[in-house]
Amino acid sequence: MISTREAEPAGQALVPGDDMRRHLPGVEPERRLTDWGRSERVEGFLDRTAGDFLYHYWFRTEVEGIENVPSTGGALLVSNHAGALPPDAPMIAKAIREEHPHPRPVNITVEHFFKGYPGFSMLIPRIGCVPAHPANVQRLLYDEEQLVLVFPEGRKGTEKLYKDRYRLRRFGRGGFVQAAMRARAPIVPVCVVGAEEAAPSFAQLRLMKRLTGLLYFPLTPTFPHFGLLGMLGFLPAKFKIRFLEPIPFDKEGLEHDKALVQTVANDVRARIQENLWDMLAKRKSIWFG
Amino acid sequence: MDSKRILITGLSTYWGGRLAQALERFGEVEAVIGVAADEPQVELERTEYVKVGAQHALLRRVVEAAEIDTVVDSRLVVDSVTTTPAKAHENNVIGTMNILAACGGPDSPVRKVVFKSSTHYYGAQQDDPAFFDETMSRPHPPRTPVERDIVEAEASLAEFAQANPDVTVTVLRFANVLGSGVRTSHIELLSLPVVPTILGFDPRYQFVHEDDVVHALEHAVKHNLPGVYNVAADGVLALSEVAGLLGKPCVPLLPPWGTGLAAAALRPLGAPIPPEMLAQLRFGRGVDNRRYKQAGFRYQYTSRETVLKLAEHLRLDPVVRGAREPYRYEREVEEFLRWSPHVRRAGAPGGGLSRRQLAELQRLLAGYRETAGIEAESSDGAQLAEAEQRAREAEEHAREAEARAREAEASARDAAARAARAEQRAEQTAEALRATQADDRRE
Repeated sequence: MISTREAEPAGQALVPGDDMRRHLPGVEPERRLTDWGRSERVEGFLDRTAGDFLYHYWFRTEVEGIENVPSTGGALLVSNHAGALPPDAPMIAKAIREEHPHPRPVNITVEHFFKGYPGFSMLIPRIGCVPAHPANVQRLLYDEEQLVLVFPEGRKGTEKLYKDRYRLRRFGRGGFVQAAMRARAPIVPVCVVGAEEAAPSFAQLRLMKRLTGLLYFPLTPTFPHFGLLGMLGFLPAKFKIRFLEPIPFDKEGLEHDKALVQTVANDVRARIQENLWDMLAKRKSIWFG
Repeated sequence: MDSKRILITGLSTYWGGRLAQALERFGEVEAVIGVAADEPQVELERTEYVKVGAQHALLRRVVEAAEIDTVVDSRLVVDSVTTTPAKAHENNVIGTMNILAACGGPDSPVRKVVFKSSTHYYGAQQDDPAFFDETMSRPHPPRTPVERDIVEAEASLAEFAQANPDVTVTVLRFANVLGSGVRTSHIELLSLPVVPTILGFDPRYQFVHEDDVVHALEHAVKHNLPGVYNVAADGVLALSEVAGLLGKPCVPLLPPWGTGLAAAALRPLGAPIPPEMLAQLRFGRGVDNRRYKQAGFRYQYTSRETVLKLAEHLRLDPVVRGAREPYRYEREVEEFLRWSPHVRRAGAPGGGLSRRQLAELQRLLAGYRETAGIEAESSDGAQLAEAEQRAREAEEHAREAEARAREAEASARDAAARAARAEQRAEQTAEALRATQADDRRE
């Protein structure tokens, strides 16, 4: 869900040569929130309850290629995206927490919409979601050297209907590639199979979307007739997550080469798409894998 | 420090007064002159107050007459509860324009302008970055009058900087200030028995302590820092965290829709919620403070410590309020204290030097050192060593002379003693003679 808006050069060191990273604020151990509003308590609670249940028992997640996620430094995870209330993002974060030899928190980029919607605006930052502003991605990747998860399909991915499953939408305008290049952080493509079937949407109700002010208003097996909680009514599809080989960007200033950005964006998209076809071809059952 | 003759605009504001107090403590600063339409609110030692508003012709005369090299503009209104929007606009936009007009031009003595601005410059919007840095501008044009004013004032600063490339223009954007001395709508909001919030929102807040504000302005005066800098303490807190630190509950008094109307309804009940605060209560704001740290500034407090300081103040305030009489400016008294020859200035009576004299002396010394430095630079190392040698010799000579003087003194004392003894002896002989004479006569 990275924003496709081309923004001003963000977070660049203003005086070249001096590393601005030295001046990052220190950690205050008395605090329960990070400067981004992330709460280890809330996150830990959700992780131990809903997270554990969904990951291990409901979706029975299988992970491949976890070693492609670097143990140190910033890295941009780029994934396909689906589902009315997408279960893929928390499952990718959970997979890294469960399977990786050095579990690291993942920052999930989300639409700015959530910051302006009452309720969401309180909860979303607590569980490690960050509005998808290029400056935020730059600060997380370059300055704080963290993992950031983006969905370049953005809303187009979550809006798509069941009949279009596993067909990747346009990858924005390559903003995510520029973000990685600017931060000189590798891109790790991620493929998720199962999310499309876990939360299929059969139609988009435009009028209801307008009335509620939500991003979209899908018709799913459980929503809207079971109310807002119906959004969480995931079907028990088998989840498979595959982390692909990282694409490194070590050179400075690559982001100004528009042609290169587009080439890399298309390449990442093609690699995810191919691997998705491959995973689907090998899948014998939607529910048992 | 290049700044020696400083003009502070808005001396009557809290910041003007605090900064003047801080700057007059520096010996290198020759003159601190404060201008404001109203009288100063704090006691000042050697700052001179001139009652001028923002009339640029008068200011220009003050600047030229006093050969001002540094102007600190501390008078920006960033809180719309303190005055009416019309007055704030007059002060913020027209006032800034006039002050800059008084500082600019090829024959102006001004070499540095420090401008106190606010992070309201960035506003608070849904699609903001989590940390604004100085190169970013707000994603949408400002809607509240105060924010509009700040953007306009900064635009005129930028224009001034472009037109006067040899003048250092420093713009400091301060986050929401908390402290025991200053009054802001956020302090008033946090002083309420509960912290009112908008239902469903928990905005991110970054604060800065009032002492850090003064130090930051001081830092900009002392160093040469062209450009824009955010000044906000480390750490971005959620409003619920702030309330927790203050020991108060968060109560969602404002609905997420129709918030403006609800805020207007709450205002007469004592909840001071100006329009620019509403956006912050909804979306919050964080800024990147690293650039000013890189420029050498160190914060005394983090955001969290700033809030804890405020909590202490809020607990103490009901006890000490009104205990100390507020300062009142009396022109005659201040002038007497500054200019009367009968006033014994700081230090011991008699031999003591006044602060002014000390400053003068320091300046002379610095000048002497400078000339000496130039000499040392023009000559080579051998000459320098020679000079040093000579100095050492001279010192030795002096010591010798001293010793000789001491010897001479001792011998003089000896001589005196001898003379006294001789005199005594003479007297004795004279007496003996007189006695024998008397005996002779009797016989």
